[in-house]
Amino acid sequence: MTSTATKNDTKNRTSTTAPNKKHVGHRTRAQRREAIALVVPALLPIIIFSVIPLVSGVALGFTNATLKRNAEIEFIGFGNFVELLGDHRFWGSFGIGIVWAGAVALLTLVCAMGLALLLNSDLRLKGLTRVLALIPWAMPPVVIAIVWRMIYNPNSGPLNGALEAVGIPGVNWLGDFSTALPAVIVVGVWAGIPQTTVLLLAGMQSISAEQHEAAAVDGAGAVRRFWHITLPALRPVIIAVTALDFIWQFNSFGLIYVLTEGGPGGRTMIPPLFTYLEAFRNREIGYASAMGDVLVIAILLILSFYLINQFRQTKGARS
Amino acid sequence: MTNRRPWYATVLMYTALAAFLLFLGFPLLWLLSASFKSTGELNSLAVNLIPAEWDFTNYTSALERQNLLPAAGNSLLVSIATMIITVLLSMPMAYALARLKGRLRAAGTVWILTSQVFPTILIIIPLFLVLRSINLNDTLFGLILVYVTFTLPFTLWMLQGYVAAIPAELEEAGEMDGASRITILRTIILPLLAPGLVATAMFTFVSAWNEFFLALVLLQSPELYTLPIALRSFLGAEGQTQLGPLAAGAILATIPSLIIFGILQKKLTGGMLAGAVKG
Repeated sequence: MTSTATKNDTKNRTSTTAPNKKHVGHRTRAQRREAIALVVPALLPIIIFSVIPLVSGVALGFTNATLKRNAEIEFIGFGNFVELLGDHRFWGSFGIGIVWAGAVALLTLVCAMGLALLLNSDLRLKGLTRVLALIPWAMPPVVIAIVWRMIYNPNSGPLNGALEAVGIPGVNWLGDFSTALPAVIVVGVWAGIPQTTVLLLAGMQSISAEQHEAAAVDGAGAVRRFWHITLPALRPVIIAVTALDFIWQFNSFGLIYVLTEGGPGGRTMIPPLFTYLEAFRNREIGYASAMGDVLVIAILLILSFYLINQFRQTKGARS
Repeated sequence: MTNRRPWYATVLMYTALAAFLLFLGFPLLWLLSASFKSTGELNSLAVNLIPAEWDFTNYTSALERQNLLPAAGNSLLVSIATMIITVLLSMPMAYALARLKGRLRAAGTVWILTSQVFPTILIIIPLFLVLRSINLNDTLFGLILVYVTFTLPFTLWMLQGYVAAIPAELEEAGEMDGASRITILRTIILPLLAPGLVATAMFTFVSAWNEFFLALVLLQSPELYTLPIALRSFLGAEGQTQLGPLAAGAILATIPSLIIFGILQKKLTGGMLAGAVKG
């Protein structure tokens, strides 16, 4: 605070035209004007293309809007939501979304933790692993989906090829009711590992080596050191990464759209896909927006848990 | 200290590392090898990473027959425009976020966080209506505007981390010498911010280059398709028979992002952590 005060003092001294009567008032006003000038260029597109659509998106959920041009839009109160309550297909999709996002977030965390521990140790081949681990991060989701469609291809994919070589009959991985969701989750994990690994690795490297050495001198094995030093130190990173990963996966679209388009029989129909089809294929944008509203509420609940946790942690760190 | 590890632990660790290498690397190698295989070989169940006969026509066929070249042009135009506009818009605001204290900063931070977690699907419906009402749906310009808005939060987050890392004392020293705010920004902050700006710009480029969902909703005319949409339509239309050109196209679409990520790798994670820790 003191630094900003001195800044404005010098400023007022240089600008001789400024009336000195209301010194304090002028200072804050000048500061505010400066802030506005800095913020407005970015704020305008945000308001037009992000805030207004978001608010009207929430509002559309209470209307019977369709995608037809010049159609009359009527407010129908909670009509869409009442209809949604009894929509088994939507809630089925919601459940699939929770399973998909939860499984991907947790499995990614476990895999990334393992990989980060390996990369943080004294093994060879680390450079190669690091490069390979980063490539999926750079790939467009569409390309990731194309790669894995090739891997899972029942007639020419290497997965079935390997199975056939050892005498096991092939599986239609993305087309079979029981294997489609797990197969898609594997792809989600594959795509999610790089980012989580990098973040965990950075967290691990900030843990001081002395702590580990002291524990090692006291006779603590690698497993106990991981459990009592690494894991507690990484706790904030783990919570943040997993919560965000869950939300991102819950909202994700491209990967599954290209892999299965929600099929077979809706077994991989995650909520964003379901909502997209309702809005742009069935053209019922009012009903689709109501679905979006429900998703927002679900995400806000998750986010509030996360934020409460964060605040508690910073408080704990300060006291 | 790790020298005292028993031999079986080392074996176990190398086995795990090999498993990771296989899981992460095999799909990439498969894509690469598929892009050089002939159609006949691609439709067999043989698991060989090195093609029996090298076929380079997949690449030319992907570019010529499947219209990937104009799509790549669209992608390039959209990504570069998004990059430039986003960086120009976010520079002043990132500075404000990092330097100004109080309610504005808090509000900005909350907005950045919230925008990261809101489902795109809820925003895209009204956005589609807004763009349609001003006749900007199904145009590349409309797509660029939307991309700018969607990349701004993360760009701001990254950039303000870089600004916060520049000591405020440097600016105060400039003020002592009587330099105006604009001069200070131009001569002190901008040069120090340059690496951060480059990283942020590259990140924005990659986000726009890789984006799929917004382009899918907003673009209907095939001649406007960006690369991800063109690749996807090619998949739907051709099924499995055209796997070779598809693989070639997928590789070509990945190369720009891959190069940028190679350069960016360390900076990106550093920026993200700076934002996460200091935000």
